Amino acid sequence: MTTATAEPLTRKDFASPVGIRWCPGCGDYSILSTMQGILPTLGIPKENFVFVSGIGCSSRFPYYMNTYGFHTIHGRAPAVSSGVKLTNPDLQVWVITGDGDALSIGGNHFIHALRRNMDLKIILFNNRIYGLTKGQYSPTSGVGTVSPSTPFGSVDQPLSPISMALGAEAGFVARTSDNDVKHMGEVFAAAAAYKGAALVEVLQNCVIFADKVHEPYYGRPTRNDTLLYLKHGEPLRFGKEMEKGLVMDKFAMKAKTNPTEAEVLIHDEKEASGALGFYLSRLAHPEYPVPVGVFRNVERPVYHAGVRAQVETAQAKNPPSLDKLFNSGSTWTVE
Amino acid sequence: MSTPVTEVPINPTEKAHIDVESVTIRFAGDSGDGMQITGTQFTDSSAVFGNDLATMPDFPAEIRAPAGTVAGVSAYQIHFSSLDIKTPGDDLNVLVAMNAAALKANIADLEEGGILLLDEAGFTDKDIEKAEMKSNPLTDGSLDGYRVIKANITELTINAVKETGLKGKSAELCKNFFTLGMMYWLYDRPLNHTLKWLDEKYGPKTKYKDKPEIAESNKKALTAGYNFADTVELFTSHYRVKKAALPKGKYRKISGNEATVFGLLTAAQKSGRPLFYGSYPITPASDILHGLSRYKNFGVITFQAEDEIAAIASSIGSAYAGGLGVTATSGPGICLKLEAMGLGVMTELPLVIVDVQRGGPSTGLPTKTEQSDLLMVMFGRSGDSPLPVLAARSPGDCFAMAYEAARIALKYMTPVVLLTDGYIANGAEPWMIPDPASIPEIKTNLVQSDGEAFQAYARDPITMARKWAIPGTPGLEHRIGGLEKARNTGMVAYDPENHQAMTNERHAKIAGIANDIPLAEVMGRADADALVISWGGTFGTVSTAVEEANKGGLPVAHVHLQYLNPFPRNLGEILDKYDRVIVPELNMGQLRLLLSGRFGIPVQGINQVRGKPFKVSFLVSELHRILETQK
Repeated sequence: MTTATAEPLTRKDFASPVGIRWCPGCGDYSILSTMQGILPTLGIPKENFVFVSGIGCSSRFPYYMNTYGFHTIHGRAPAVSSGVKLTNPDLQVWVITGDGDALSIGGNHFIHALRRNMDLKIILFNNRIYGLTKGQYSPTSGVGTVSPSTPFGSVDQPLSPISMALGAEAGFVARTSDNDVKHMGEVFAAAAAYKGAALVEVLQNCVIFADKVHEPYYGRPTRNDTLLYLKHGEPLRFGKEMEKGLVMDKFAMKAKTNPTEAEVLIHDEKEASGALGFYLSRLAHPEYPVPVGVFRNVERPVYHAGVRAQVETAQAKNPPSLDKLFNSGSTWTVE
Repeated sequence: MSTPVTEVPINPTEKAHIDVESVTIRFAGDSGDGMQITGTQFTDSSAVFGNDLATMPDFPAEIRAPAGTVAGVSAYQIHFSSLDIKTPGDDLNVLVAMNAAALKANIADLEEGGILLLDEAGFTDKDIEKAEMKSNPLTDGSLDGYRVIKANITELTINAVKETGLKGKSAELCKNFFTLGMMYWLYDRPLNHTLKWLDEKYGPKTKYKDKPEIAESNKKALTAGYNFADTVELFTSHYRVKKAALPKGKYRKISGNEATVFGLLTAAQKSGRPLFYGSYPITPASDILHGLSRYKNFGVITFQAEDEIAAIASSIGSAYAGGLGVTATSGPGICLKLEAMGLGVMTELPLVIVDVQRGGPSTGLPTKTEQSDLLMVMFGRSGDSPLPVLAARSPGDCFAMAYEAARIALKYMTPVVLLTDGYIANGAEPWMIPDPASIPEIKTNLVQSDGEAFQAYARDPITMARKWAIPGTPGLEHRIGGLEKARNTGMVAYDPENHQAMTNERHAKIAGIANDIPLAEVMGRADADALVISWGGTFGTVSTAVEEANKGGLPVAHVHLQYLNPFPRNLGEILDKYDRVIVPELNMGQLRLLLSGRFGIPVQGINQVRGKPFKVSFLVSELHRILETQK
C-alpha cells in the first residue's frame, strides 16, 4: 500500500518533461490538459495511476503524463490493462485509445473488457480517421469518405462506439468533446468515480486528415441546436431556448419543437435495460441532435472483485503449501 | 470412506505366474468407451504397485466422431516395467480392442504372437461395415498370428451389473471396467486402487451421491472382469512385472501438463510474486489452465481471455504490474502471440510462454505430437528479437523446466519460451517428490526508490537485467512501450547509434544466460566418431536408441539439449570432437538448421512427422543406415 503524498497534487505533478509531438492544433492537447487537471482532484496517490495505450496518435498520450505508463501494441491496451488491474487492484488504470485502435484492430478486447466490467477507464479519441498512418478512413468514418485508401470514397458503413459499448453490456458510457473542456472534465470525473469499465468517447478533431469533421454539430455557432446535453433526471431538451425536445413515436425517438411537458422524455442514466441509452446512441447529425454526457451509469459486479473473492476464500480455506501440493493424490515409496 | 467391496475376488489361482521385465499395453475403443479412464487406472495401479512406467494417450480431435468408425478411435498406451524405462514402448505386447475400428486402427503395432483381447460385441456386421473392413477379422483368419482372446465383454458386463438396477446403454458403459478387471488379473495388479478411485469419484461424498448405482456397477464390473479372467480358461497363465528399482524416495505419477502447473506454482512461491496465468483454451495446453484454476489458494489468478493475443497481453500487463506473468498455448496460439512476445522483448519484462507443440502447420493435428515450433519461437518476430528458449525432456522434467523458465525470466527480465509437446504433456511417468525446502528461492529485480534519479533501462552489470519498478511504487513513475528505447533512460529514441547499441545489448543479455545454465553432458560412447544431438520430448526414445545402438556394437555419443537459446556454452567444444553429427527430431530439420547455421558444420537429420513419438527400433535402424552405409 502507498500513502498519500504530503503536499496536495497539482496539474504540474502530472506534466511529463517529454516534448509533445502532436500536430499543432490537434484536439489531443485539450484532452491531455483536462486529464492533468482532473487527476489531482481524485484523491489517489500519483504512483497509483497507470496509463496504458495501444497504437495511434492518441496512444502517445502516456508518454506525456508523469505517471506510470505503458505504450503497448495496436489494439491490445484493454487486454494489457486487464492484467495490470487484476495483479494490483489498488491501481487506477486508464486506457487511451482511438477509433481505429479500439474499434477495428482491437475490437475484440474492447468488447470483452466492457462485458467483464473490468475496472478500466477507457478514453476513446474519435476523430473518424487514421492519423498516424496518414489519413486512411476508419470504422467511424462516414460513407463516402475520400482518403488515400478510398480515393473514390469509402463504401463501409460506420459504427457508433456508444452503441457498440452498450451492446457489450458496458455499465458506464459517455460522450464528450475536445472543444468543451469543462464538460470533458465533468465526464472524466464521473468515469473515474464509476466502479468498473467506463467508456468515454471524446469527439476529437484531427487538423491534418479530417479537420472539422465534428464541426457541423459541435461547432460553437450551431452547438445549441445540434448537441443535446444529457443530464440525469432532466428532460431531453435542446435548442437555443430549449424549445425542442425528444419524444417517443412508436419505436423511434423523434425531435419535436415545442413539445408538451408530458411528452418530453426524461433522461435516466440508471435505466436498467440500457434501452434508453441505446436509443440515444442512435441519434446522429443531421437528422438529430448529437447527445453528449452520460448515456448510462448503472452498477454491475466488478470483475477483479469477483476474482479476488475466489482467491481469498480459497486461501482462507486451504493455505498454500507446496508440500501438500506435491503429495496430493496417490503416492508410493521406494525403499 | 470407501464402501466395502461385496464380492472380494482373488480365489487362489492355480494358473502359473510368468515373470516378465516390461510390458506394453494399448487400450483402444470408441471415443465413448472410456479408454482414457481405463488406461489411466491401469497406470495408477501400476505406479502405486511400484513399476517404472511411461504412457501415451492417443485420442481424436473430435469429441465424439461417429461411433464405430476409425476416426472415432481413442487409445491409451502404457509401458510398465521392473527396469528403468524412458519410452511408452515401440511394439505392443497386448492390444485391447473394443470394436472392429479400434482393431483396424491399431493392429499394425501389435507384435507377432502378441495378446489380442477383443470384445465380440464390437464385431457385428454393422461394426465391420463402419470400420470399412471387407470381412470379419474374428473369422477370416487375418488374426492367426496373434494370441486372440475373444469374449462378449458387453454382454458379460450387462449381466454383472444387473442387480444394481442398471440396464441397457448405462450398463454397457461399465464394459471398460470389466475389461480393466481382466487386464488386472492378467498382469497381477491389485484392484483396491481403482475401487477406491470409483468411490472418490462417484461415491456418497460426491455429486453422484443420489446415484449410488454408478459407483456400485463399475466396481461390480471390475471385480467381475477379474473373476471372469481367473475362472474361464481364456488365459493359460498370468504375468508378473516386479517393482522397479527406482532411486529411493517418495513418488507420484505426473503428466507433463501437471508438472508444468506444479513448476509454475513453485516458481511463484519461491519468488514471492503472484502468478498470473492468461490463457485461451487450446489442445493440448488446456490442462495447464484447468490445473492452475484449481489452485487459487496459491493466490493464482487464471484469466480465460477472449483470444490468444489477449491471453499474452494480459500476462504482459501483469508482469508490468509485478506479477509472474505466464501464458501457455500450442503452435496456432503462438502464431497469434508473436507480436506481443516482441513487445515483451522490447519492454524487457519477465514472462513465461509455454508452447505445448502439436502437429502443424495451421490447425494441423491438434491432438498429435510434433517438435516443429522451434524456429518459430526462435525467430518469429519482427526485428532482431532474441529470447531464451528451453525445452522439457520428459513429463516430470516439465516441473524443473517450468521453474527454470520462470527463474530466467525474473532474473534476466525477459520473456522465456518453454517448449513441451503433446506427447510429454499428456504422457505420464513416476516423479520423485522433491522437498520444497530444497528448491532455491528466486531473486527478482524489484526496486524501491533510492533517492537517485530512476532510469528504467539502466542495467545490472552482470545479468544486464533492467530494474523492475512496478506501478504503485512512489517516485519511480516512468513510461515504457514498444518504441525503441534510449540506453539507460528508456526514453523513446530513434537515432541510429542508439538502435544499434540497444540491439547489441538485447543480444548480449540473452547470450550471457549461457553462463547461468548447465553444461551439455555427453552420454553414450563419448569416444565414438558420431554424435547424436536430440532436444525436448524425444529424450526418452533417443537415449534408449543410443543405448541399444551402443550395445549392438555401433558406437555413438549422445547430447540432449534442454536449452536451445542460448545453447550450453560448451556445445561448440563438444561438436569439434566428432566427425559426424546426427540430429533426430520430430520435424523436417529445425535444430539441424540452427546447429549448422550457428557452428558452420554439416549435420545429418533423422526426421519424422507422423504425429507420434519416434520408435526406438526406427531410430536404431536409421543410425545403422546412416553410419554404416553413408560416409
